[in-house]
Amino acid sequence: MSPSHQSGSGKGPATPTRPPGEHDVKGHAFHDEESDPSPAPAAPARRITWRKLVVLPAVLTVILVITYVWITNIHLDSIAENSLSGGNVQLRWWQHVRLTAISTFWVLIIAIPLGIALTRRRLRKAAPAFTALANIGQATPAIGLLALLVIWLGIGPRTAIIGIVIYAVLPVLSNTVAGLRAIEPNMIEAARGMGMSGRGVLLKVELPLAVPLILAGVRTALVLNVGTATLATFGGGGGLGDLITSGIQTQRMPVLIIGSVLTVVLALLVDWLASLAELALTPRGLEER
Amino acid sequence: MPETETEAVTAEGTGAATSGATIELENLTKRYPGNPNPAVENVSMEIKAGETVIFVGPSGCGKSTTLKMINRLIEPTSGRIRIGDEDVTDIDPVKLRRKIGYAIQSSGLFPHMTVADNIALVPKMVGWSKSRVKDRVEEMLDLVGLDPREFHGRYPRQLSGGQQQRVGVARALAADPPVLLMDEPFGAVDPITRDHLQDELIRLQHELHKTIVFVTHDFDEAIKLGDRIAVLRERSHIAQFDTPEAILTNPTDDFVSGFVGAGAALKRLNLTRVRDVGIADFPTVTVEDPLQTIFNKLRNGPHNELLMLDRQNRPYKWLRRGDLMRARGSLARAGQLVHDTVTRDATLHDALEAVLTDSGGRVAVTGRRGEFIGVVDMKTLMDNVQELLEADRLTAMEHQHELEEQRVHQTEQELEGGGGGV
Repeated sequence: MSPSHQSGSGKGPATPTRPPGEHDVKGHAFHDEESDPSPAPAAPARRITWRKLVVLPAVLTVILVITYVWITNIHLDSIAENSLSGGNVQLRWWQHVRLTAISTFWVLIIAIPLGIALTRRRLRKAAPAFTALANIGQATPAIGLLALLVIWLGIGPRTAIIGIVIYAVLPVLSNTVAGLRAIEPNMIEAARGMGMSGRGVLLKVELPLAVPLILAGVRTALVLNVGTATLATFGGGGGLGDLITSGIQTQRMPVLIIGSVLTVVLALLVDWLASLAELALTPRGLEER
Repeated sequence: MPETETEAVTAEGTGAATSGATIELENLTKRYPGNPNPAVENVSMEIKAGETVIFVGPSGCGKSTTLKMINRLIEPTSGRIRIGDEDVTDIDPVKLRRKIGYAIQSSGLFPHMTVADNIALVPKMVGWSKSRVKDRVEEMLDLVGLDPREFHGRYPRQLSGGQQQRVGVARALAADPPVLLMDEPFGAVDPITRDHLQDELIRLQHELHKTIVFVTHDFDEAIKLGDRIAVLRERSHIAQFDTPEAILTNPTDDFVSGFVGAGAALKRLNLTRVRDVGIADFPTVTVEDPLQTIFNKLRNGPHNELLMLDRQNRPYKWLRRGDLMRARGSLARAGQLVHDTVTRDATLHDALEAVLTDSGGRVAVTGRRGEFIGVVDMKTLMDNVQELLEADRLTAMEHQHELEEQRVHQTEQELEGGGGGV
């Protein structure tokens, strides 16, 4: 620690072995600079772990393989054969994916801007009315809603998509509103106080801070849409719902099972993709630690 | 010593900083709809360039509202605001705010941006070039005492409250505004950190000479930081607007003296800094000096004591004559470690505290990097306090006299004016 061997001679002054640049001397007296030499920031942890990337797709693949093996090994009569051959399954699958994607797109286009508008000062008072409306959209049984729309707009994928959108606007809308409202007034004041315009505050501060909640709403909406899209069949919209209903109507279990399994797999897949998007899009500084 | 400090500052690039601008408030009033009483009524004051003015008052007295009217976060109902001879009452508030630094309680840092991004916000908005912004961020972090390499890429949640507040101040000063508004900036940090931050702000202001308007409800904070203090009562009426010394020794009325509280003499110690009293020389040796030199110095010196410095010239140990004998020549065991030091910006209150707790009755004064400058002892403190109090008493008496004259004058005028009006 100190030059203890330096006795009386006055020669060869040994230097105390304090690490250079160290600010404290035996823990005393020199904390006037910055007291805590806090540890270096942890290396940025990978947000998307390999487990997250691999486990669910692996499980889904196993389910699909088992179903495939099973369906190719059982005896199918002509009615079931008809429903499942000739690329019909692929067609329904892609119809379903398209229904989900298009409806989600419209949900985002409608609900997020609406949510933003409803938190602006001018429209803040209108928020309860719109939330109530969106609530009605979701509270109505989806199938009843679809039936009404078919009566009004006729049969087709368009009608189905409108039905799905009405059904899924609420979670995104309410989460957008909640996300923007949850921001501390402190933040907004700081942003305005430093000279950000209204648009700047929204784009640079409010939306990034609300991203986690908005994305959670989008994820809910996506999964909801996969489910509601099975009802599109009643509006002539196609999709995996076709397989399920024809399976029920013709009492062919294999057809019903294929339709259901594929719907479940798609829902889980979409949820998984959305969870990855959530992780990737949440601003770094907002992560829970 | 002061020269070296100025040099260091210039070397860091803050030498060319914009210094403060005057602020004039003229009959500022804020009324909220549905409330018959205005939140702020008819406030007029003049704040000089480069001055630190503290608004202090009980909560709900409208001090924050008054502050926010300066950068028009709250639009005044009536009255004018002038900053540096420019009437800013009707200019675009967004542009106005970019020229005014603003620091708030619990820092207001944006959690989704890194420390560097937070600081860079205003310079980017006013259109600085990328490289200039980058340099400025480093400079600001350095200025508030945070290592740029370490803190640059961190997120606010990874910082302590005190560090966040430092970054908040750095952000407010980033675009080099002449005026800095601070709304209870240190309200949410613990007392020890608050003390550090206050010292830091004093140091900064020493270098930068901004016009600072600072809101607090803590009178001790006001005394410590303010060049002048405006004691506000309800509706932001100015009860007294004067130097801390004058308010302590000569409060205008019961409201102000109630706010000053007890122990005005002790509080007075907070108003004088160590740099203003005589810092005495003290014989020193360094750890690298040969033992023989140390012996000689101890024997021949005026005191029977020496201060040993470490290799960075920072106080390390007090060595007394007998210490070396008792420790049998081993420097490691000899002497007493220095427990407490004060900077030149420390108040006499801090110095007294340190002197009282040290058995030797003196405390080492250090510079910015902890290097030894001199010592202050009990006697110096006593003499200084006596002088100060005496001087205060005299000015207070003068002040009172002036005030009385003024009042007499005013009454006369009013009487005359009243007579003329009828």
